[in-house]
Amino acid sequence: MKSLKALVITAPGINCDLELSQAFAAAGAKPESILLSRLIRNPTLVDQFALIGLPGGFSYGDDIAAGRIMAALMRREMYPAIAAAITRGTPMICPCNGFQIAVQAGLLPGPTTSTNLHSSTSSKSGAWPNLAAAPTVALSTNIGERFHDGWTCVEIPSNTKCIWTRGLSLKQDCDMLPSAHGEGRLMTDVKTLETLEKNGQIALRYAAKDNFNGSMNAVAGICDPSGLVFGLMPHPERFTRWTQHPWWTRLCAHTRSGDALGLSIFKQAVAFVGGGEQAQIQIANRESAHHNNTT
Amino acid sequence: MSASHSPASRSQTIHRVEVRPGLGCVDVRGSSLLKRVIADGGAGARAINYTQVYFLSGDLNQVDLDFISRQLLADPVTQVAFTGASAIPNTGCTIEIHPLAGVTDPAAESVELAVEKLIGKVVRVQTGERWDFHGASVSEGLGVSAKYLANTVVQAVHAAPYMPTQFPAGAARVVEVKEIPLLKLNDDELEKLSRQAHLFLDLQEMRAIQAYYRGLSREPREIELETLAQTWSEHCVHKTLKSRVSYREKSLVMGSPSLLARAGKISGHSLGEVGEMVVDNLLKHTVAAATHSLMDATKPGSIDWCLSVFVDNAGVIAFDDTHALCMKVETHNHPSAIEPYGGAATGIGGCIRDVMGTGLAAKPIACTDVFCVAPPDVTVPKGCLPPTRVLRQVVAGVRDYGNRMGIPTVNGGVWFDPRYVGNPLVYCGVVGLLPRELVRGVVRSGDRIIVLGGKTGRDGIHGATFSSAELTDSHADEFSHAVQIGNPVTQKKTLDAILAARDSGNKPLFHAITDCGAGGFSSAVGEMAKDIGAVVNLELAPLKYQGLTPTEVWISEAQERMVLSVAVANIAALQKLCDDHGVTLCDLGEFGTPNKELILLWNDLEMGRLSMDFLDGGLPNPVREAVWDGDWHARYAPVAAPAQKRSGGMLETLCALLAHANIGSKAWIIRQYDHEVQGTSVIKPLVGKFGAPGDAAVLQPLADSTRGVSIANGLATGLAADPYIMTLAAIDECVRNLVCVGTDPTKIAILDNFCWPSCKDPRHMGSLVRASEACLDGALAYQTPFISGKDSLNNQFTTETGETIHIPPTLLISGLGIVANVERAVTMDAKMPGNMLVLVGFTDDRMGGSHRVVLGDCVNTNMQLPMVDLMTGPKTARAVAACIASGHVTSAHDASEGGVLLAAAEMAFGGDLGVEIDLGAVPCENNISLEARAFSETPSRYLLEVAPENIASITTMLAGVAHAVIGKFNNSGLLVVGNEKISIGALRAAWESAGVNW
Repeated sequence: MKSLKALVITAPGINCDLELSQAFAAAGAKPESILLSRLIRNPTLVDQFALIGLPGGFSYGDDIAAGRIMAALMRREMYPAIAAAITRGTPMICPCNGFQIAVQAGLLPGPTTSTNLHSSTSSKSGAWPNLAAAPTVALSTNIGERFHDGWTCVEIPSNTKCIWTRGLSLKQDCDMLPSAHGEGRLMTDVKTLETLEKNGQIALRYAAKDNFNGSMNAVAGICDPSGLVFGLMPHPERFTRWTQHPWWTRLCAHTRSGDALGLSIFKQAVAFVGGGEQAQIQIANRESAHHNNTT
Repeated sequence: MSASHSPASRSQTIHRVEVRPGLGCVDVRGSSLLKRVIADGGAGARAINYTQVYFLSGDLNQVDLDFISRQLLADPVTQVAFTGASAIPNTGCTIEIHPLAGVTDPAAESVELAVEKLIGKVVRVQTGERWDFHGASVSEGLGVSAKYLANTVVQAVHAAPYMPTQFPAGAARVVEVKEIPLLKLNDDELEKLSRQAHLFLDLQEMRAIQAYYRGLSREPREIELETLAQTWSEHCVHKTLKSRVSYREKSLVMGSPSLLARAGKISGHSLGEVGEMVVDNLLKHTVAAATHSLMDATKPGSIDWCLSVFVDNAGVIAFDDTHALCMKVETHNHPSAIEPYGGAATGIGGCIRDVMGTGLAAKPIACTDVFCVAPPDVTVPKGCLPPTRVLRQVVAGVRDYGNRMGIPTVNGGVWFDPRYVGNPLVYCGVVGLLPRELVRGVVRSGDRIIVLGGKTGRDGIHGATFSSAELTDSHADEFSHAVQIGNPVTQKKTLDAILAARDSGNKPLFHAITDCGAGGFSSAVGEMAKDIGAVVNLELAPLKYQGLTPTEVWISEAQERMVLSVAVANIAALQKLCDDHGVTLCDLGEFGTPNKELILLWNDLEMGRLSMDFLDGGLPNPVREAVWDGDWHARYAPVAAPAQKRSGGMLETLCALLAHANIGSKAWIIRQYDHEVQGTSVIKPLVGKFGAPGDAAVLQPLADSTRGVSIANGLATGLAADPYIMTLAAIDECVRNLVCVGTDPTKIAILDNFCWPSCKDPRHMGSLVRASEACLDGALAYQTPFISGKDSLNNQFTTETGETIHIPPTLLISGLGIVANVERAVTMDAKMPGNMLVLVGFTDDRMGGSHRVVLGDCVNTNMQLPMVDLMTGPKTARAVAACIASGHVTSAHDASEGGVLLAAAEMAFGGDLGVEIDLGAVPCENNISLEARAFSETPSRYLLEVAPENIASITTMLAGVAHAVIGKFNNSGLLVVGNEKISIGALRAAWESAGVNW
């Protein structure tokens, strides 16, 4: 299988692009970092890539609110190109600041739960609407007020559609992920939350004991209805080697012989595009659109 | 203030926008403040609400305003925006806090940038905070603001919603050459001028300057004097440490050794007429001499991995065949005393720039931070901030700068002593990675002087001279201009552009690079041009606002600026990279002049002209008197608590030690730092399932190689009664920490950071000499070369009543080591029931300065200071390293603050295992007490966890080094010593108790 190209979008203040690229590479993809300013000059650059990553960091300083400026720019300048890529079946991962950007740019939770869905005629075909959805999910200041760095145990809902996490088995208590953020408390309205739960769009949860930022339903990550676009506060790209685990020196050689959880997440997406499942995703898209129309 | 010379700076209607949590959304900032106020027993408020305030000035219509407030400023899901000023709570008050004019306001700069990008209009923005206190009077509201929120050095406080009529706009001013009459001044007048102009030059230096200008038969110009003051400041040239010193000994106590015997035996140390020791250039013949001796290729086993020492912004060592590592540690004490948040943030920011400006640019890969502050219960003199506020804000400053730059903060510590109350210490360290072939840059004559990054403002004027002054109760007013707020994203952009300029072609686009730190352009350009001269066109510097004088532009320490030496042919390519990254590039002039001069112009008008030789070599070097008076210096022993009656139980003492502020958990700090960004962390600050204190950080800087770098520090301020003994202990501790994680003991580089009270007092100069001599002896014994260092020599605070509080002499030793294979690194948490606990090293009962003594009611009577044995210490370190390298050690921890029993307890609760300890087995003189065996802080001791089947091989490797099995780990969940026992959970709880209420 010839290695698939992964786009890593960078911008002033983005600072997790290197480890995101390394994670894509470790999973067998061929990463390339491109500055947002360059993409804005030529959005069709996106078309060359089989995977997309929106890294963590403090885009444009995050001084007003996390991801605010980058999201406004993405919404205005990049939405059509990225929506088209998703419609084509391109998986996209948005950790931390990427998640904060995605929910404000109309990329997550994506069309079906977005308020302007019905204004869009195209969604029936499973394609994304031409207009970016208005935000329905927010990532607010941690309940503890402060920035917090720590590892948490995570859970993957059995009904999730997320192609990055679905089917991953998390048996050992060492299947953890690192988080490091000050604004990660997932907030939304009750109805949206219900829809996300029902739709299989909850891609990742903190273990109940580890919901340090106070997110609703302990949600750590969500996906769009197609399961391609994955936004999460934790940093899977920081757990591709066992020596990154907070207590790896306690783990036996057998445990450490398998893939680290973060690496498995990236491998799943690479296998997904490599394994030509785009056709299936088109169907999935249609189903979700259909399902939505009947509700 | 940033877009101020845009058309928008004409006075225009100012729109006020308030952003607050929407209905049913938690007001996290408001409720956290309320919690803190209540916890501290504060009166008044029933509820506190936080509102973010924005002022926008520019040509904006209603559509623009709606877009800006609803889409840009407020989150549509969780927040609401309100235009204008909403009503004051009817039973309460409103307090607003707004940055003073000229203070960096990153949020405002962000909004200005976003509005320009999104609606193509130029606006000026200011931000502020609104706090509504329900059920609190105005005076109560102001009280809370003063205690928790506002710092009037950089912020204005209003007791009602604030509405500026117009933004402050600088006005261009007529520039004239200003001469300072100096030639005819007498000594008193020279000293008066030095103080009043904030030059902080002493009489001899002022005389040297006078003589120079008498030679030129002209008066100096203001900008020339300022340049000399910056360049000759203690901060920039370390003139005290480099001076010629005459050292005498008056009294020796507490086991302090005499140093006079080395006169005539060690290079640069000679015997004076009356038996005193004269050291010619202290730094050169102690700290630096150790390194150069270790690197001396004519000696067998000399060190070949030091690539650049003492010459660049950071010291550089080899990492592997193609990569090098550099490290720099800085202090930012005086700014942090006045404005802890900005002081600490710009401290770490400046140190990061040092690394960016090392060789042909290094990439910062890790930060460290060590703070010395007063304990919360100390009485606070006028002009000082309360210590809790200082520590919280200092941590927040390091957090916000390091996290935003994307550099993991991986190692640090906090030391509490009441004498830091007016003059806290903030040490910031940064480690960088660079290609081995780019370790050296050379400025070329004819290159352009290129400035990248932030704009220049009036902020940070006189930072270098300020750091050389002594703090008093009025400094907050007198030196507020030396304090700044940084903007990390500006520096991150600049770093990205510089690394691109370094790597994008087959050669870097620049010949040399350095940072603008203390002294601003005057130091950066002056330093780069010292061998060839430079012509500087000051009017070309991009300004935050108009109205700066040429001198202000020249010496401003505005943050986030780097200076590069760039060939004309490469300017265009560099400009393009800067445009891509949104970085400002400025061509400030040209390197190289016919007569090696520094020529400062403003639109062709000559503001100043200085000979590089005088600037670089004209500083007089007087002989400084140094006296060691051990009796007098005993005042710097730690302040012991009033003897409090305990049951006498050893485990009660153990819990009290675990809860001691110096020893207990720092998780509340560590967790605020992103210590994992860049994905390199292998051993984190907290280790084991439950987060126990690791000895050192280990990183894997390259994704494709398991070679690692380890980072640790040593600080032994408890032994400040004799800085010679203190310094050896700090070096030994730093080495112990590095060895415990699996560092190769033959590849450890160290750094020295002196923070001393005023060395104009010969007794402090005497203690500085002793510390320096210990650096020489320690570095040679452990074969750990110093690669870089810094000193800050005026750390004392004079109260309004004239009492001077000196800090204890404080020396931080930072260590950088190589770990051959990170997959073999070891942590300190105990791993397996049934494993043995081996104590390596000999224990004695010299307990002077130990935490057990500080706790009070210590029975042990030997109050001598524990002294490192320079034969045994290094031998033990290498033996332990060999054991760890053999793979037979499952956990390792050094015995330091609190002693052996405490270290064993940390290993046990780190691994959630029980342990049974036999203090009778501790290697020591038979007659010493159990108390000393448990709590003595004798250096050079290690605790190793070893499986029973490996004890034999470990014993062979430890041949010739004192060691013994003193315990065994088990599943009981209890620590048992003698007939006492306690649960592991209780020990962990005691340790964690030190980290609550922060």
